[in-house]
Amino acid sequence: MNVSTVAHDTFVIERSYDVPVTEVFRAWSDPELKARWFAGSADALGAGYELDFRVGGHEINRGGPPGGPLFTYDSEYRDIVPEHRIVYTYEMFADENRLSVSVATVQFHDHGAMTQLVLTEQGVFLDGHDTVAQREEGTRGLLESLARFLQGGAP
Amino acid sequence: MLDQTIDLDRTFQALADKSRRTMVERLTLGPASVSELAEPLSMSLAAVVQHVQVLEACGVVKTEKVGRTRMCRIEGAAMTAAERWIGDRRRGWEARLDRLGDVLHQATNTEEKP
Repeated sequence: MNVSTVAHDTFVIERSYDVPVTEVFRAWSDPELKARWFAGSADALGAGYELDFRVGGHEINRGGPPGGPLFTYDSEYRDIVPEHRIVYTYEMFADENRLSVSVATVQFHDHGAMTQLVLTEQGVFLDGHDTVAQREEGTRGLLESLARFLQGGAP
Repeated sequence: MLDQTIDLDRTFQALADKSRRTMVERLTLGPASVSELAEPLSMSLAAVVQHVQVLEACGVVKTEKVGRTRMCRIEGAAMTAAERWIGDRRRGWEARLDRLGDVLHQATNTEEKP
């Protein structure tokens, strides 16, 4: 497909954990802990998942369905203020095709025994390499939202 | 943003017709020739061609000549594919942050019970 389109988006997710900020930050900086929730299991460490948590260091996550494309997430840490914030940029690839480029900011708000986490992601999705299947799926989504819109619901 | 609004107006106009919706629904299953699109509809081939032209003008459908057949396929789904992908990213994060909560609780419980 020789199309080159872009889509931009920003989203913010807030979560509160009843755990002190030290513990929450450790789950982002410790490779073994982070592999457990970010990559899905501690076994991912050394099997597609890598974390070098320092400014300039990378976090890599590779995987994909058998016979399907190999998806690669490659991030670089840009700013780290322990227990306050983490800023990183990342790219997503399907095989050698770049799917997106994003900036993510994680803020940690210390509330004693509680921690509030605010994740902001700003990304550009590069549509040059989507598959026909994704297009068809996207179209079905369009028709579904259209139907919801026409029935008076939120799109 | 303005361009997207204009496109949306035209798309909704194009899809306001039942025959054209039937054609679009057929095309979500895969590309089809004009005569294949005409099959379930009780109208002339010329009328179908006109509907295809409306859909093509608003960017919903793309056509191309393959030999002596005009093939139609869905177009303009690029943006919705992107939107869906962005939605998936968000859902992915929601699931990850739930798992983070589980990991934090496991870690705390382990430390409390040495």
